[in-house]
Amino acid sequence: MSDFNIKVPTMAEYIAEGKQPEVLFWVGCAGSFDDRAKKITKAFVKILHEAKVDFAVLGAEENCTGDPAKRAGNEFLFQMQAMGNIEVLNGYDIKKIVTACPHCFNTLKNEYPSLGGNYNVMHHTELIKQLISEKRLTVEGGTFKGKKITFHDPCYLGRANNIYEVPREIISKLEVELVEMKKCKTNGLCCGAGGAQMFKDAEKGDKEINIQRTEEALETEPEIIATACPFCNTMMTDGIKIKEKDVEVLDIAEIIANAKDL
Amino acid sequence: MQYIDNIIFFLILAVSIVFFVKNIKKLSRNINLGVKNPQMDNKNLRWKRVLKIALGQSEMVKRPISGALHVVVYLGFVIINIEVLEIMTDGLLGTHRVFAPLGAVYNIGIASFEILAFLVLVSVIVFWIRRNIIRVKRFWNKEMTSWPKNDANFILYTEMVLMILFLIMNAADSKLQLLGAEHYTIGGSFPISQYLTGLLPSDISSLIMIERGAWWFHIIGIMAFLNYLYYSKHLHILLAFPTTFYSKIEARGQFENLESVTKEVKMMMDPDADPYADTSSGEEEEISSFGAKDIFGLEKRQLLGAYACTECGRCTSVCPASITGKELSPRAIMMKTRDRLEEVSKNIDKNGEYKDDGKMLLNDYIKPEELWACTTCNACTQACPIQIDPLGIIMKMRQYLVMEESAAPQELNSMMTNIENNGAPWQFNQADKLNWAKEDN
Ligand code: SF4
Ligand code: SF4
Repeated sequence: MSDFNIKVPTMAEYIAEGKQPEVLFWVGCAGSFDDRAKKITKAFVKILHEAKVDFAVLGAEENCTGDPAKRAGNEFLFQMQAMGNIEVLNGYDIKKIVTACPHCFNTLKNEYPSLGGNYNVMHHTELIKQLISEKRLTVEGGTFKGKKITFHDPCYLGRANNIYEVPREIISKLEVELVEMKKCKTNGLCCGAGGAQMFKDAEKGDKEINIQRTEEALETEPEIIATACPFCNTMMTDGIKIKEKDVEVLDIAEIIANAKDL
Repeated sequence: MQYIDNIIFFLILAVSIVFFVKNIKKLSRNINLGVKNPQMDNKNLRWKRVLKIALGQSEMVKRPISGALHVVVYLGFVIINIEVLEIMTDGLLGTHRVFAPLGAVYNIGIASFEILAFLVLVSVIVFWIRRNIIRVKRFWNKEMTSWPKNDANFILYTEMVLMILFLIMNAADSKLQLLGAEHYTIGGSFPISQYLTGLLPSDISSLIMIERGAWWFHIIGIMAFLNYLYYSKHLHILLAFPTTFYSKIEARGQFENLESVTKEVKMMMDPDADPYADTSSGEEEEISSFGAKDIFGLEKRQLLGAYACTECGRCTSVCPASITGKELSPRAIMMKTRDRLEEVSKNIDKNGEYKDDGKMLLNDYIKPEELWACTTCNACTQACPIQIDPLGIIMKMRQYLVMEESAAPQELNSMMTNIENNGAPWQFNQADKLNWAKEDN
């Protein structure tokens, strides 16, 4: 990937100039702080930039959505986070949000409305698909042409929100060979990170979930495992490392950015 | 003396109905021990789901083999029960094949009951083989101890016996009709049982004994089955319907926002709020704790789900935690909830009201280790053919552990402290949240 030198504007700067962006990019904690996930963030920003999408981020005003706290059972902390965020978002009169994290996506889209936060929330794959269909973004196979790719469904995108086809449609634009795992779509297996598992060791058992899922992905003999969630990405990347396989784990945004050599 | 049969029949019927009603009342009392369900919006959609999922078996058939077999048994069960109407009427009035005058319609009816009975018999035998010979994995997980296994097999045997009795009854009956036995109205068409007639004796009195014997055992069997339901996973034949009706219709990822918490958080966040303003409503007292440590803290629909669970294990067979050998099994969550609920029920029966028995669903039945292994992936809720939500119970109990006992695993406590202090689940400074944009690659 080439160097990153795109200016990422914040909402505070936009408002200071009296402007409102087309969409707010909710980066999320993983996308902001996790080294692997930051690459996904940058790839997505490159795509936004390429498609000339007028976007802004909250920067230091963005707080954890509260998802891991809620799934861990701490409803207090979740609602504190949510209400704080809603205050900021409503303060900026935000209408449309895009995020590359299915957990942020799910929480913002489904759990914020009853607390007073009503936005049009999109997952980044949905926005990418829209940009392609609006011809603001063109996609060709490039270096990916003919490659064998399998897609791992993130639980909070798939089962949680019934988005199964959007990421696949984007991948299929790349003239690649999309191979499905035995367990895919509604039957997809979790990578093991959800429900706050990302932040703790697993309970005692005979296997790590990410190893199980990585093995299932490897059964398709892919060259690339695609996914659309920073947490799934980490889990699968770790799995591949342990399995010592030469397979890349990439986010849909990275695949598109790479294919376009952004 | 000629009415003795009718009287005995009436008594058996009456006793079985009385017991059945008693069990249903107990069931409803126990389910009502739970806290109230969330608002049930969108009744139209809910009824549609009942039609599609419970009546139409739409989720069952997603596993084609067991799905198809189940559809046969289910249709057989429903349709053959039309014949029970006739049996009841005959039993009470002392008639024989009271609907026979319907002629061609009757013949078609009996013929289709026979064909269905045969198909049910075959399916039930295949079910038995899958369970006991092929040993399909989901029927052999650790929570499938001797009672659940026996329960399942017992039902299969009962169904086999009922279907065989039905066919024997018809075989003897048709032979008696041909022999012109008194009282044996000509009627019915017997595509399956005709092959059994050869096995039966040819004298009228033995035939009558066989026919009557089969008739009595068949109907007594059905009534016994009805009363066995309460104790069995077979309760799902009734409860699949309300369970589907009350099931979650929101996106699977949408977890309920607890209203009680919203109130408190609003108070905390609003500096002008009068801390004494809201306490007069009296409602506050009702919410004694957050989440659930026992069945009393679970929603009614969750208790209903525990009774409705078919113990099919579809949930467990797709659960990432179960697959990788963790203690958690979503089916076990449902079964343990039912076991505890039954224990509480017996306690109430004995003492007139619940007397603290020093036990709880949490720890005594479901261990924190199980609860913390869940990834909230919703595979279980997606797989359940009758839309039971084991995840809902897991979340309620996690809420209790965290908000009432502060008993989260240490790493989760650090994660939550980080969110509270830094606005991120890791130890990063919130001021650095945009640093990624300044880094080169
Ligand atoms: S939501 Fe929890 S219990 Fe259900 S399948 Fe996923 S990990 Fe298992
Ligand atoms: S919860 Fe549903 S899927 Fe799981 S065992 Fe019970 S009926 Fe089967």
